[in-house]
Amino acid sequence: MSATATRPSTDPATEPAATGTAADETRPSLLSAVVHSHAARKLAVLVVIAAVLVPLAHAKWASGSWPDALTVDVSEPLGKASDWIIDNRDSHWIFLYFFGHISNVVIICVRAVYVVLLTLGWAGVTAASTLVAWRVAGVRVAVTTLVSFAVCGLLGMWVPTMQTLALMAVAVTASVVIGGLLGLAGGLSERAFRALRPILDTMQVLPAFAYLLPVVLIFGIGVPGAVLATVIYAAPPMARLTALGLRGADAGVLEAVASLGATWRQRLLSARLPLARKELLLGVNQAIMMALSMAVIASVIGGGGLGDRVYQALSSVDVGKALAAGLPIVLLAVVMDRTTASAGERLGEPPAEGGPRLLRGWPAWAGVGVITVAVTLVGRLAGSQTWPTGWTVPIEEPVNQFKDWMVDHLYTGVPVVGGTADWASDYVKWILDPLREGLQGLPWYAVLLIVATLAWLIGTWATALTATAAMAAIGVLGVWAPSMDTLSQVLAAVFVTLVLGFAIGIAAARSTRLERLLRPVLDVCQTMPQFVYLIPVVALFGVGRAPAAAAAIVYALPAVIRITTQGLRNVDPAALESARSLGATQGQQLRQVQLPLARPALLLAVNQGVVLVLAVVIIGGLVGSGALGYDVVFGLAQGDLATGLVAGAAIVCLGLMLDRVTQPTSRRDRKGA
Amino acid sequence: MARTRTRLLMAAAGIAAVFTATGCGAADMTKQSSPYANVGGAKSVTLSVQSWVGAQSNVAVAQYLLEHELGYRVDTVQVDEVPAWDALSQDRVDAILEDWGHPDQEQRYVKDKKTIVPGGGLGVTGHIGWWVPKYFADAHPDVLDWKNLNTYAKTFKTAESGGKGQLLDGSPSYVTNDKALVKNLKLNYQIVFAGSEAAQITQMKQFAKAKKPFLAYWYEPQWLFNQVPMVEVKLPKYTDKCADEGAKDPDSFDCAYPTTPLQKYLNADFAKKGGKAAAFLKKFHWTKKDQNEVSELIASQGMSPEDAAKKWVEAHPDVWKKWLP
Repeated sequence: MSATATRPSTDPATEPAATGTAADETRPSLLSAVVHSHAARKLAVLVVIAAVLVPLAHAKWASGSWPDALTVDVSEPLGKASDWIIDNRDSHWIFLYFFGHISNVVIICVRAVYVVLLTLGWAGVTAASTLVAWRVAGVRVAVTTLVSFAVCGLLGMWVPTMQTLALMAVAVTASVVIGGLLGLAGGLSERAFRALRPILDTMQVLPAFAYLLPVVLIFGIGVPGAVLATVIYAAPPMARLTALGLRGADAGVLEAVASLGATWRQRLLSARLPLARKELLLGVNQAIMMALSMAVIASVIGGGGLGDRVYQALSSVDVGKALAAGLPIVLLAVVMDRTTASAGERLGEPPAEGGPRLLRGWPAWAGVGVITVAVTLVGRLAGSQTWPTGWTVPIEEPVNQFKDWMVDHLYTGVPVVGGTADWASDYVKWILDPLREGLQGLPWYAVLLIVATLAWLIGTWATALTATAAMAAIGVLGVWAPSMDTLSQVLAAVFVTLVLGFAIGIAAARSTRLERLLRPVLDVCQTMPQFVYLIPVVALFGVGRAPAAAAAIVYALPAVIRITTQGLRNVDPAALESARSLGATQGQQLRQVQLPLARPALLLAVNQGVVLVLAVVIIGGLVGSGALGYDVVFGLAQGDLATGLVAGAAIVCLGLMLDRVTQPTSRRDRKGA
Repeated sequence: MARTRTRLLMAAAGIAAVFTATGCGAADMTKQSSPYANVGGAKSVTLSVQSWVGAQSNVAVAQYLLEHELGYRVDTVQVDEVPAWDALSQDRVDAILEDWGHPDQEQRYVKDKKTIVPGGGLGVTGHIGWWVPKYFADAHPDVLDWKNLNTYAKTFKTAESGGKGQLLDGSPSYVTNDKALVKNLKLNYQIVFAGSEAAQITQMKQFAKAKKPFLAYWYEPQWLFNQVPMVEVKLPKYTDKCADEGAKDPDSFDCAYPTTPLQKYLNADFAKKGGKAAAFLKKFHWTKKDQNEVSELIASQGMSPEDAAKKWVEAHPDVWKKWLP
């Protein structure tokens, strides 16, 4: 109700603004433009604030880098906290009666699923998944499922795939339940919704790497920590979409249900939830995708399964093996994505008419069960429960040969364009180093002011405040210099990502064929665990910041391309048509109609690019990108809570700041919807 | 409606069952084995693998023998060293086969909490140091003394080292005093952390292919020496006094790294109740040559650890027969 009530009131508010700009056009004086322009007014306020505060700051702390007087050394309390946890983990009630039980429940659940999967055997699991996919998503998805599971087996990854599947099943269920409950609260109560939003925002901006350490400390290495870290990452989209679905329910229908005298609970169960089921399913879909993308990161803390195979392959520099373990992750993602997505599409449709009765409703489900049991038994009689050892196709050797060939021919001395090693050192010398020096050389108050300005120009004063506070927190934590180093890496990589992404996105928006060609490539880039390409990028670009940037660009590019293409495609065809009829050239259409109209989408692309690049630049700590990423890896590896947590917190602050500074205004619009 | 209620009831019953199964009382954080262990009545052992290939070789051979000679199922988990100690104390893994010396952890878990027990020596001696490739040392023999390193700083410069010479360090999980050494020996070098051993090896191979000079933190035993022959740079002599002072104040290190006989550690419960597997792991004892043989097969010939272990096991029955309980 409140959403509909606020909507009319915003309309009159935009009226005067529109007439105001019209008046300016007739009397174009600079002064009045400044007074009337929203942005200029904000800038004026900032200039005044700066004029007062900067001299003060400069007088007190003359040096440009963050003043020591304003830092808080948290390493000692954190070190003590870490010792306390380790010493009391076996005796304190909070572990005995709370964390310990959570941990046990997770282990028991994962184990239960794993035992079921192993009992079904490869034949049973494949049959069951194929049949379920066929029931809820149709024949095409069923075939995809069958082929995918077969490939997992053929790659010799059956057991790790089942371990990952068990972990995912529990993590996704927990994410859906927790996210669903949060979303329910947010969807039913305006106050809860408002309280929840910043929490969900933050959870999504956090790079997963940053919170592995605290999770490890409390739960220890292994499955419970991995599941928990995954839930933190995967629950927010579920919560968001549930809230969105509940809030978007048709007011008319609800009114009708209420007038029939339904109780609150009846209204919820019989009207609001069913009306929101499309969003709910999309939420489940998103939770699954996010959870799978955590599978490998979770392996750093001993999650086991496919992620662990990728991680182990990396330590023997075996790209082929890493790929063999990475592919099943991609395939699982594809199967689950397609199944839940088509299930969502089918929800609205009326049930298929015709066909024998046996293929519909519960008899069909019973059939699925019977066939699965039968196939399982046949599989058992045929022999091994796990995939037969002889039926594997080794891809490691050819992949590694291909990698070696690539490195031999691209690393250096390629005529005209130079080798990848030369690019890397040029990138470091001409882009990264000047940028880092510039950022570290800038006085801290200048950085804060720039952040405040950018965030305020693109958002509200609250956005600006959050961004500036996040930045200041980095200084207070005493990691200003490494944070500026990380920031420079992020900015440089984002720049390259956007240039490439916009160019490819524009091209794909114009040619359907190109878009179709790109689709599978983008799918693979997005779902392939980032760890898989960490080693090839080192082979190509050497150790340092350049390979981290390369990995980040590969990872963030698909999202930017997709959003750009979508945005350009969705531009009102009428506007394009009228531009064309006025004789605009292709270039003019693009520059003057399509790009301006697609502005919200492009801003969203920038925002997504920034967040994704940050996530990978941090993992770049594993290939020598240094700065905050290295500190987090160091903290994890040495169990050094102080270094790791402070760096993690700084990453979170950087993420928040970058998100706010690039926050497209569309998020404010979404609030009303 | 009725159906929803039954479902709710079933869910509640499920949760209740789970809690009953875990015991309503205190949950013991020291007894939490991996959910993948002992499934289907199989006896299983969980081993931690550290990120270097030597550790993989120990685990591969132990795993092969446990599976084929003693009938166990073996799960492996890759964990860094310090978290591995933690995992060992919580029963998440049963054994660490190659430890390079962690006095803090030993004090905490072996002496104070008694959740971990020593499993004896591995038989391999480890040594950390600074190394340059042989092709470079042959042409410039004086680089092998740390006193001359500053004259070579320019030669070892890279894009990442910012005008100084580059000292390539490896994974953040490794024991290193390099920061203090560079400072205290007044070396004009910048430490570049590769961030992982994989990244460091890839980079060193890349350098070797181009016959470029490099200076790296590295260690023995290591299979890479067979592919990229390297010579150690002499640092100020290791003394116990320097080590003691360094242990108190890590910034004061100014001498070479010690030579460490590598150790095995077992979870205390597993050591008592692990039966044949525990007895076998305690007896596991081989040489640097044996380990390198397996490592080389895994890391440079691209064999799977299992195949490499099989090959070694078939060739050396005299060595491993003694380990069987």
